[in-house]
Amino acid sequence: MRSVVLTKGVPDFREGQVSFDEDGHLERGKTPTVMNPNDKYALRAALQTKVRQGGQVSLMSMGPPGYAEILQEGMEDVYADDLYLLSDREMGAADTWATAMTVSTGLEQMEENPDLIFAGFKTADGETGHTGPQTEWCLHINDEMPEYPLITHVIALDVDQDEGVVRTKRLVEGDISEIETVETELPAFIVADPEFEPTYRKAEHRLRHKDFREETQQRASEFAEHLADDSEKEMTDWDRFTMWNQEDLNLDPDFIGLDGSPTIVSGVDPIPKAPSEREAQLVEPDDTEGMEDVLEEIQPYAAGD
Amino acid sequence: MTKHEHYEALVVGCGPGGAAAAATLANQGVETLVLERGTDAGSKNVSGGLLYGEKSAPYTLDTLFPNFREEAAERPVGEYYIHNVAGRQVKTFDLHDIHHRDTEWCDAVLRRKMDSWLADRVHEMTRETGGGLLTNVRVNGLLRDGGEIVGVTLDELDPITADVIIAADGVNSELARDAGLMDWEDPEDWFQGVKAVVEMDPEVINERFGIDDDEGVAHLFSGDLFDGVRGGGFLYTNDQTLSVGTVFHLDSISEEQAEPHELLDNLLTHPLLDQWFQGEYEEREYAAKLVPDSKKVAHPSPHRGRLLLVGDAAGQMQAQGPIIKGMNHAVTAGGLAAEAFQEAKTRGDTNAAGELYERKLEEEGVLAKLRPKRYRATRAVSESSIVNKVGNAVLDSPVGSVGLKAAGKFGLLEKSFNSPFVLGMIPDTKMSYAVIPERIGEVMGTRVTDDNTVEPPELDDRIGDLTYDVDDPHIELQDNSFEASGTAVTACPVSAEDFGGGCYREETIKTNGGQEKVVSLDTQPCVECGTCAVVADTHWEHPSGGKGVEYKQG
Ligand SMILES: Cc1cc2nc3c(=O)[nH]c(=O)nc-3n(C[C@H](O)[C@H](O)[C@H](O)COP(=O)(O)OP(=O)(O)OC[C@H]3O[C@@H](n4cnc5c(N)ncnc54)[C@H](O)[C@@H]3O)c2cc1C
Ligand code: SF4
Repeated sequence: MRSVVLTKGVPDFREGQVSFDEDGHLERGKTPTVMNPNDKYALRAALQTKVRQGGQVSLMSMGPPGYAEILQEGMEDVYADDLYLLSDREMGAADTWATAMTVSTGLEQMEENPDLIFAGFKTADGETGHTGPQTEWCLHINDEMPEYPLITHVIALDVDQDEGVVRTKRLVEGDISEIETVETELPAFIVADPEFEPTYRKAEHRLRHKDFREETQQRASEFAEHLADDSEKEMTDWDRFTMWNQEDLNLDPDFIGLDGSPTIVSGVDPIPKAPSEREAQLVEPDDTEGMEDVLEEIQPYAAGD
Repeated sequence: MTKHEHYEALVVGCGPGGAAAAATLANQGVETLVLERGTDAGSKNVSGGLLYGEKSAPYTLDTLFPNFREEAAERPVGEYYIHNVAGRQVKTFDLHDIHHRDTEWCDAVLRRKMDSWLADRVHEMTRETGGGLLTNVRVNGLLRDGGEIVGVTLDELDPITADVIIAADGVNSELARDAGLMDWEDPEDWFQGVKAVVEMDPEVINERFGIDDDEGVAHLFSGDLFDGVRGGGFLYTNDQTLSVGTVFHLDSISEEQAEPHELLDNLLTHPLLDQWFQGEYEEREYAAKLVPDSKKVAHPSPHRGRLLLVGDAAGQMQAQGPIIKGMNHAVTAGGLAAEAFQEAKTRGDTNAAGELYERKLEEEGVLAKLRPKRYRATRAVSESSIVNKVGNAVLDSPVGSVGLKAAGKFGLLEKSFNSPFVLGMIPDTKMSYAVIPERIGEVMGTRVTDDNTVEPPELDDRIGDLTYDVDDPHIELQDNSFEASGTAVTACPVSAEDFGGGCYREETIKTNGGQEKVVSLDTQPCVECGTCAVVADTHWEHPSGGKGVEYKQG
């Protein structure tokens, strides 16, 4: 069983990490980049398949060379076996369409066709939710690749290797109130919902999960060390990390990156400032009455009791 | 029957008993799966903390696990004193002899550190056999086929079958109860232990206790500091903390409607302890758990079919006067149970494991330690209240105190405290726990002049400092009348009269034409000590794997 999980780096929107300028625009330079949180559900779904059925889980992303760290994060947190980065200046500023084009070619380039391809449900920065399904469409028009029936909003899955099928539970309207069961033949393309919960009801599976954790943690820290090593070594000298550029993938520059992106962003709304968590009342220093109230309020604390 | 996942051996619980059983099985190459409900082994466990390596024991943790003492234990404890307290009068006896009797070594331990260290080794060892150790998994009952025990059922996993099931699931063993081998009915069968782990710099410990880095001390306390509740206190030195706690008979706590946290505070604030605290007190953790009294409940035949009980689950917790030996016996029993299975397997009849285990407990003298015949022989007389009254009268009379003084002069008392023979006979009465020590303190003691100014935390702070992963309630009140369950309001170590933040509360409700006192329960701050399983009318289970309280010290 060979699974590939698609992921992307996004600004870390968690409080304390993210930083906005005065107009409410994201300050990319000051905000760390992390693996898109929704993609971890996809990776967990792939891991569950590996734990239960055996096999291998690869993690693939398109982005600048610095994304190697995003892949490292995925390896460390959700135990990916090996990592693929599609990276080239020509691929920059791609919309979901150009990304899908590039990623599907990356999938085709792999030594063996994956049995299962997993994507997360929309990224934390783009919020489109298009890349997964569009990638599936690109595979569909690619004669070199088999058909990958698409199942979205998957919250549980079980692979039956003997029957060659995958059984899933999915949210019908992206809403927890209605769940349907969908089964399809392998290979297949799965978009995991943030409601996805891996289940391990056999001791054997949990033990194997534990083995993987030990193995991967060692592997991930090895890769982190490799990345931190400033010496002459190439990033790709590490045997579980593969980087492909535009030439490797034999992609027409007109169909990828900015040139291959038909999307036009018509405008961006600044993110409104989060409301303060505590109730606050504004008092100006020259407001005597107001200041007196303040004094009265804080007196008991100032007195030390 | 449907086909279940199967292992040769299942070990439920990874305290000292489970760890010893699993390691012994793994050493024999038996495919062994260990299941532990804590999020980490040790996160559910509490002990006072003196682990004895007995010379006579066939299994000890240091032989099963190389480097155990260096890496998992705190300080080796060489000195052992008991303080007989009467107000500010204290008479101290050196219990060196009884402490060192049959003792190869004795270390103070903290259970989170110790058990998780053991669990790592256990996982490595058992993984090689094809099994391994899983945490966050709670076994919730026995799996039967045609009435025969064949495996276990679990909250988090599908049922699992095995050729042998070693229940090392501690006090309040749900498996022992399910098998009908133990019940949780009589408060007389149990002690309740409550403990505080107190922060103290290693250098400060060394200085105030007069010891070196690799030395430790034990201090025991009895007498009038516990409001007449039968039991005593302890203080042990760890690497950078002290373990200070109390152990009382549960029936006595119930009868006196005592508040366990207040009894602990009585000890913590006694002037005698000022020499060590010197006005500083930083509590790291408050904890509590029931402790079986082997004299009454050690099961003489702790097995049924494929199920073998070890340690607290089988009631194998020996209170020898002030000396508490539970962990070491759990280790021995775990080793013997594993050995019994291996022998039975070699004979081609794994069903014989239980019988063999029982015989080994007898032959190795374990049962004799746990249920001394002397205690059984003298109990009927010495625990009757008439005898006690007579005893009291003797002690109160001038002759009594002269006798005491004389006995003290010739060291007779210290000698008898140091005698396992006498300790084995000590009746569980107020006289032995409170009255005699108090009289000794009064008649022979010297006055402590220090003032102890420490203020232990209030109960709500103690609860607030604990870590919980709250789940659905795991205890149900069956009968909420005050008669049936009111005792829990005081006896629960995280509840108290007129305290709204605990588990049990007393409420008055209006009924047809009157008022009625009832009890309400909120399991949120529950530390799973087991007390209300015995003293109240409840349906009591442990929380699911990884849920509930998480001890960081233990
Ligand atoms: C305050 C206090 C002071 C004590 N002082 C001492 C002392 O100084 N010396 C001494 O030797 N003993 C002492 N004891 C007693 C000692 O702690 C016990 O006798 C000893 O821990 C018993 O070991 P065990 O392996 O049988 O059980 P435990 O150590 O209780 O281990 C049982 C394990 O099983 C797990 N478990 C329980 N139920 C389930 C389930 N359903 N599914 C999965 N896992 C489960 C638990 O999480 C736990 O890890 C003291 C006890 C207390 C409370
Ligand atoms: S509710 Fe029961 S088990 Fe929980 S702490 Fe109180 S007495 Fe112990």
